[in-house]
Amino acid sequence: MKALAGLLRKEVYHILRDRRTLIVIVALPILQVVIFGYAIRTDVDHVRLAVVDPAPDPVTLAIRSRFGAARVFETVAVVPRIEMLEDLFRRGAAQGAVVFEAGFAERMARGLPAGLLIIADATEPNTGSIVSSYAGAVVQAYQQETLPPSGAIRIVPSVRMRFNPTRESSNLFVPGLMAFVLTIISSLMTAITLTREKETGTMEALLVSPLRPWQIIVGKVAPYLVVGFASVAGVILEARLVFHVPLRGSLTLLLLEGLLFILVSLSLGILISARTSSQRVAMLGALVGTMLPTMLLSGFIFPIESMPWPLRAISTIVPARWFVLVARSIMLKGVGLSYLWRPSLVLLAMALVLLTASTRAFHERLDG
Amino acid sequence: MRRILFLARAEMLHVVRDRATLAQVLVLPILQLLILSNAATLQVSNTPTYVVDADRSSLSRGLVTRFRASGHFRVEEQSASPELADEALLRGDVTMVLTIPHDFEASLMRARVAPIQLAVNAEKGSAAGIVQAYASSITAAYASELDASLRGTAVGAPDAPPRRGAPRIDVRLRSWYNQDLNYRHYMVPGILVALVTLIGTLLSAQNIAREKELGTLEQLNVTPITRGQFIAAKLLPFWALGMINLAIGLIIAAWVFGVPMRGSLLLLFGSAAVYLVAALAIGLFISSVVDTQQQAMFVTFFVMNVYLLMSGLFTPIDSMAPWVRVVSEVNPVRHFVTISRAILIKGAGPADIARPLLTLAVFGVVTLALAIRQYSKRVA
Repeated sequence: MKALAGLLRKEVYHILRDRRTLIVIVALPILQVVIFGYAIRTDVDHVRLAVVDPAPDPVTLAIRSRFGAARVFETVAVVPRIEMLEDLFRRGAAQGAVVFEAGFAERMARGLPAGLLIIADATEPNTGSIVSSYAGAVVQAYQQETLPPSGAIRIVPSVRMRFNPTRESSNLFVPGLMAFVLTIISSLMTAITLTREKETGTMEALLVSPLRPWQIIVGKVAPYLVVGFASVAGVILEARLVFHVPLRGSLTLLLLEGLLFILVSLSLGILISARTSSQRVAMLGALVGTMLPTMLLSGFIFPIESMPWPLRAISTIVPARWFVLVARSIMLKGVGLSYLWRPSLVLLAMALVLLTASTRAFHERLDG
Repeated sequence: MRRILFLARAEMLHVVRDRATLAQVLVLPILQLLILSNAATLQVSNTPTYVVDADRSSLSRGLVTRFRASGHFRVEEQSASPELADEALLRGDVTMVLTIPHDFEASLMRARVAPIQLAVNAEKGSAAGIVQAYASSITAAYASELDASLRGTAVGAPDAPPRRGAPRIDVRLRSWYNQDLNYRHYMVPGILVALVTLIGTLLSAQNIAREKELGTLEQLNVTPITRGQFIAAKLLPFWALGMINLAIGLIIAAWVFGVPMRGSLLLLFGSAAVYLVAALAIGLFISSVVDTQQQAMFVTFFVMNVYLLMSGLFTPIDSMAPWVRVVSEVNPVRHFVTISRAILIKGAGPADIARPLLTLAVFGVVTLALAIRQYSKRVA
């Protein structure tokens, strides 16, 4: 036990001596949440709209002014021919277009259907669909308000956005962002601790010491847990103060879950560290192995339920997936442990499995 | 020139000799491209839905069938209890609750208009808006379908005359460049760029720091090699690797994902050549600033995140806060993602991508100059 205390003290010195790294570890997550909280949004507004109006008349002008009044659209160009759109779309100058048929008002006056074409740049399919549904709604509103009712059957859906009525993007993404930033920084922290000892040759010294493998693992993980917890607290504080993300559930529960999650990420780092031989391999493994999967498979940006089933299955072994779920549920829904026992257990099991696996990986190395 | 080639060859051997690194450099990106492209979808399909049908009429059942048949929704549970539905929403078992009030059919027949309620879990990512758009279009389609069939059966009903000649606007919708709204066609060109960047920057950022740690940098410093030659030699192998990665990735994009290749591939590779110089020079710059591999790793990690999350790769640039949009102008990944999507999906030509390409060129020159300046042959 005394040996373990000695190792712990050594690790703490390592962390404290290297002030620059310590600052980076604590400040980086906080900085990242600020920057990306403002960057990761999916609201569609200020849509750049091009209008093709070959022969302007009172009706087309009225509809155009409707688009001008809608906050979502910004008319960037009015051109006479549809062929001229191609260039605007390719350069990305326009995201959507409304094309009027020539003689629009005249056709309507004669009782003929007047053709109106809505074109959306569907390169990004979601923005494309949202742009066309917004544009369709503008025309619809014009029709309903100015033309005599057609007497057609209507089903009117009223939509309630639960848990985030204003659909504020930061409420969606900030809790996920917390999970993302914390995973990577924590697995990076531990990923190189063992390989560094191997590279600098101090590993032999550790090996001949009376420390047992599990003690070395504990000694490597425990100090970083404290540092990681400071980041968790900082990031939560920031979500509240800077982004005004509601915290409807218990703060204690959120902090505890955060601690558990940090433990999982640190253990993942230690495992990578125990299984690789050089800092380069450990770093590539930690970054490439955790960054993109966490970004994509945690449900932080992309909804898990839309993924094909093999990926949904893989996502269950991504720790961040569970913490994203927990953080969102506590912050936005305000639910307690009675709803969250399952993800919490999963996280706990992951920590145990990863720690056991790294102890064993370490053991094998002792023999080899 | 020979000096550059010698050093470049040494670097290449470093990567090729080390099996683990080689695997990470060549296999990992391919695997990730194959797997992650399926994950990166904001497409909404199979939204788990709870149906509260209080009407239980043939019309209400018809509506539920339309929702189910659309492929966007999957009816998970069905009951007449709003409380149970709310509970399921809270537990996260379902993402949407569709409530049909009990006089749905009656009021459709009587007043020709009826309400329904949709409660969407807006906590579940950005899907809420698109779920709403889908639901509205399904109900609208169902309404006009009903309208047509009711008119057909009730010819001569006083309130449903076939209105010929009433003024109306015939609205049609068209989606350009991606008619089937295939998310993969959008994501694959972007993820490809991300992977190429990730590997290249990581390798280069760590490179000089490693030589510092091992002490081999001093050996290089006493050779007659100049600073420019040194940086060029470091850049060349990674540049070649990046191009190879891009080529492999493009083959996968075309064969596996069926990504359209509408524009000129030559133009794409030309842009990539410029882009990689900029991206790798940033890596080398980081590497010559830091002292240890660990520091290099942390800085790279930060830069990487900025690269990926502020590039418009996953979430549109247009949605970002205005100051972020300005900042993202100095992100080379943003420009190359734009270029690669424009060339592949929209078939853009040199004139269309002139602005981002020029930005990249300027960027490459500046970062290269910085990297050369930063690397000093004297040991501090």
